[in-house]
Amino acid sequence: MKPAPFEYRRPDTVEEVLHLLAEYGDEAKLLAGGQSLIPTMNFRLAQPAVLIDLNAVKGLDSVDEADDGGLRLGAMVRQAAAERSALVAEKVPLLAETLPFVAHAQIRNRGTIGGNLAHADPRSELPAVMLALGASVRVRGPDGERSIGAGDFFTGFFGTALEEGELLTEVVLPPAVEGGGQAFLEVSRRLGDYAMVGVAASVVCDPAGRCHRASIALLSVGSRPMLAEQASACLVGERPSSAAVLAAGHAAGNKDIDPQADMHASVAYRRHLATVLVRRALTAAFERAGCVMGEGAS
Amino acid sequence: MGAHPYVGAGVVRNEDAQLLTGRAIFVDDVHLAGTLHAAFLRSDFAHGRLLSLDTSAARRREGVIAVYTAEDLGDYWCHGPLLVPPPPIAGLTFNTATLVPLARDRVVHVGEPMAVVVAESRYIAEDALEDIVVDIEPLPVVVGLEEALAPDSPVIHEALGTNVAAHAVQRKGDYEAARSEAHTVVSRKFSYDRGVAGSLENRGILADWNPRNEELTVWDTTQAPIPIRNGLAERLGLLQSQVRVVAPFLGGGFGPKMMMFYPEEVLIPWISMRLGRPVKWIEDRAESFFATANERLQLHEAELAVDSEGRILGVKDVFLHDSGAYDPYGITVPINTQCTLLGPYRVPNYYSEFTAVFTNKTIVTPVRGAGRQHGVFVMERLLDFAAKELGIDRVEIRKRNFLTPDEFPHNHEILFQDSAPLVYDSGDYLPAMEKAAEMIGYREFLEEEQPKARDAGRQLGLGIVSYVEGTGIGPYEGARVSVEPSGKVQLATGVGTQGQGHFTTFAQIVADQLGVDVTDVNVATGDTREFSWGTGTFASRGIVVAGSACHEAAIVVRKKILALASEALEAAEDDLELADGVVRVKGSDLSISLGELAVRANPLRGTVEPGAEPGLEATSYFGPARGTTASGVHAMIVEIDPETSEVSIQRYVVVHDCGRLVNPVIVDGQIHGGVAHGIGNAFFEELVYDDQGQLLNASFMDYLLPTATDVPHMEVAHVETPSPLNPLGVKGVGEAGAIPVGALYAQALEDALQGAVEILEMPLSPGRLFDLVHGTPSDPEAAS
Repeated sequence: MKPAPFEYRRPDTVEEVLHLLAEYGDEAKLLAGGQSLIPTMNFRLAQPAVLIDLNAVKGLDSVDEADDGGLRLGAMVRQAAAERSALVAEKVPLLAETLPFVAHAQIRNRGTIGGNLAHADPRSELPAVMLALGASVRVRGPDGERSIGAGDFFTGFFGTALEEGELLTEVVLPPAVEGGGQAFLEVSRRLGDYAMVGVAASVVCDPAGRCHRASIALLSVGSRPMLAEQASACLVGERPSSAAVLAAGHAAGNKDIDPQADMHASVAYRRHLATVLVRRALTAAFERAGCVMGEGAS
Repeated sequence: MGAHPYVGAGVVRNEDAQLLTGRAIFVDDVHLAGTLHAAFLRSDFAHGRLLSLDTSAARRREGVIAVYTAEDLGDYWCHGPLLVPPPPIAGLTFNTATLVPLARDRVVHVGEPMAVVVAESRYIAEDALEDIVVDIEPLPVVVGLEEALAPDSPVIHEALGTNVAAHAVQRKGDYEAARSEAHTVVSRKFSYDRGVAGSLENRGILADWNPRNEELTVWDTTQAPIPIRNGLAERLGLLQSQVRVVAPFLGGGFGPKMMMFYPEEVLIPWISMRLGRPVKWIEDRAESFFATANERLQLHEAELAVDSEGRILGVKDVFLHDSGAYDPYGITVPINTQCTLLGPYRVPNYYSEFTAVFTNKTIVTPVRGAGRQHGVFVMERLLDFAAKELGIDRVEIRKRNFLTPDEFPHNHEILFQDSAPLVYDSGDYLPAMEKAAEMIGYREFLEEEQPKARDAGRQLGLGIVSYVEGTGIGPYEGARVSVEPSGKVQLATGVGTQGQGHFTTFAQIVADQLGVDVTDVNVATGDTREFSWGTGTFASRGIVVAGSACHEAAIVVRKKILALASEALEAAEDDLELADGVVRVKGSDLSISLGELAVRANPLRGTVEPGAEPGLEATSYFGPARGTTASGVHAMIVEIDPETSEVSIQRYVVVHDCGRLVNPVIVDGQIHGGVAHGIGNAFFEELVYDDQGQLLNASFMDYLLPTATDVPHMEVAHVETPSPLNPLGVKGVGEAGAIPVGALYAQALEDALQGAVEILEMPLSPGRLFDLVHGTPSDPEAAS
């Protein structure tokens, strides 16, 4: 379990990173927290010729309030730092709630927010949170800077919309809105394992108590994190009820997702977990939104 | 100064300061100048003809010193030893296929070594592995146990012409006759799978041949340093005195490090001799899943015949056992299954037949519990089903069948793994069961707590099971006790140590005899230069066999001390007492220290009388006639989330009997660790092979060991039924905790599910539990 030989570069600025990316193209890999990349290299599943270490790059690790009241997280913000940040807890409680589920404390001490998103593991928690919140990422590349919405960012199995030569620099999370509530739940074999199924739910209720928006993002149910559209359709425009969240759970588990079996969970079990977790997460999210749940007609 | 007697007291461990401050030396901590590093090229195929290996590019790589294939080994290439010849069971079939150092023309499991690269660093060595061009012609693979025995199955060892590694029948009485008179017969099929030992420290070897004084020193993560020394000397054509094997601190053993000789173990010392430089190989975790022995599946068809009161008339069990690709450890594991199945029960008639099968997988040798889990699972499950069928309480059916104290020694009339008859030396099972039932609140749970929980929609279940464990088998161990002029005591023994607390428990035993502080007894173990005779640490035998040898040696030294002190103090021996490191004339202040006596016993002038020996030293050996039988009862309360099938343990109770406790804190620690292993076996760990013999989860990301959040607080109590077979009255405890946990989970989960399913398999998981309850397919290939 020793990596193949590689060249190691440790640039100080984003400009230098972009320069190196331009120079080495797909022979290079970016090293952020290294919690996925280094094991992959030690197993020799990845053998990059050049490793560009981002850990000395300045200006990528700040946590700031955005002009619109949302949150801007530098790509190199450690997951543990975000987990402990009062600003994160205040502005994006769903992120604060989810971070303890991301692997283990030791891993979060090194792992970064940006690295996690760019890795785009379909079993990872943070991509689902981004989807549920309608977050976006800022990237810099040879042609300047651009913003990519979470819905467009995760393109497939470990695939993102990042183009060659681009660096993810920042994560932008929208401000909380009146009548909003969120919740994250997952079922994993052990604390810290990849979830067999996880769900990040974000709902918004209008002053009349009707569901205005419901974003339900699932992880570990396909090749990428995905939004359960048919589950949302059960809720939007409706007054939240236990019958409606139950229906949303069934829609998510039976219609929205197309999960695969693995050694930890069969297809049937994954569908069932999605059904249960979506219902539970929505119930919690509506409660946090201050929405009164009716019994509803079943 | 600690309080005597130490034996029985929860003395703080002598070795903890070293271990907890990181000063303890493990194999990979030994750094010698000029060390070379080895890496092994391992087969990617489970079964194939090895057509060619082109190592020329690897040899040319800068930093590579040597590359060896089977061909390069010349006469050194040969099959390894049959470590444990099978017991003389009448009618036994036993087919031997022992390990080879490097595959020559055939590979028989994924991970089998084919070549070894030696380089200036491990990095370079692994780079060079990728330079080797391998040509393997894949052969059909043998994975399943039943398939392995099919007439059209490919055969793994052509010379044997069969995949049968062993076939054995052991009988007591006449099962069929008993069955014909039975009121009820319950029969089921069971499958019980086990996994890796999961030692924190993988295997590792550092060999250093010194060409100037012609001595070979080998640091090895072995549980058996002396047999390794003996075998290496023989194989390398050296005197045993030229070979020193050191097993320093080990990060866990649990059985697989008792296997000998692994290919790496015979190759690394030989390479060091060829190259005249130290050579190190440290097994990495990915290798360990393929290169280190583990335990796996057994398939049982079993039945239990009982009378109308639930009294056992007989048991019949026919099972298949996975041996893996070779069987150097003989049939120890299936024999343990066969013998341990009988449990603490009176079984007048028993028929047990097993077939051990070669498969294209890593070898199977004992892992903590060593096949005992499998047997306990079958017996406890059968009793549960019989109880249910007869409407008898599950604790009651066990009580009715327990052997009573007046039935010991109890001869089960079959042979155990040590070739001796399976005779239980002592035991008292009823008090342990009653204590466990009381501790877990058995009645209250069933009558109040559970119905209340069920009314609230909660799934709570209780399990309570019994087991026995044959421990402390021979052949022998030895110990040498010497009092030094400093007054400190040196104690040397041959067993290796892997975290069991030997530095403390052996010291307690000796300190009690010599009246010294336990911290003044320095224990040397695991170094063949310190002690030359012995076998190793396995089969829950350290305290029983080596501990008894320590005790006997200390008694002889005590006699020498008293004789010499009697002379020095001019007092009768009966008037002397040993305490606080001095011999004192009782009721006076006349005394002499052990240090002074040690000097007197080894004079520079004068004479040591003919027939006497110098020094305050003695060496003793202890060899028990047969093993001693420990026992226990585990009970737990679990809760299943009815929606997600997640299982949490609410309470866990252990009542254990390992005879006299030498150090209750250490014993409890052994039980805690064992239960953790058992929980892993029951609900987390599983080696998942595909139909090509590829292990699909060879990392700790997918092979799940239970963590601190998965292992509950345990309430542990003890019953002490001394063994009559050794002077300390002790029994082994190393494996105990791991043994009954699968059976316990099965009963508790079934109870929680109100009998909605029968649990006939281990391991389980939330997903498997869900699929069992809902009848949905679990196999990834079937499901996709």
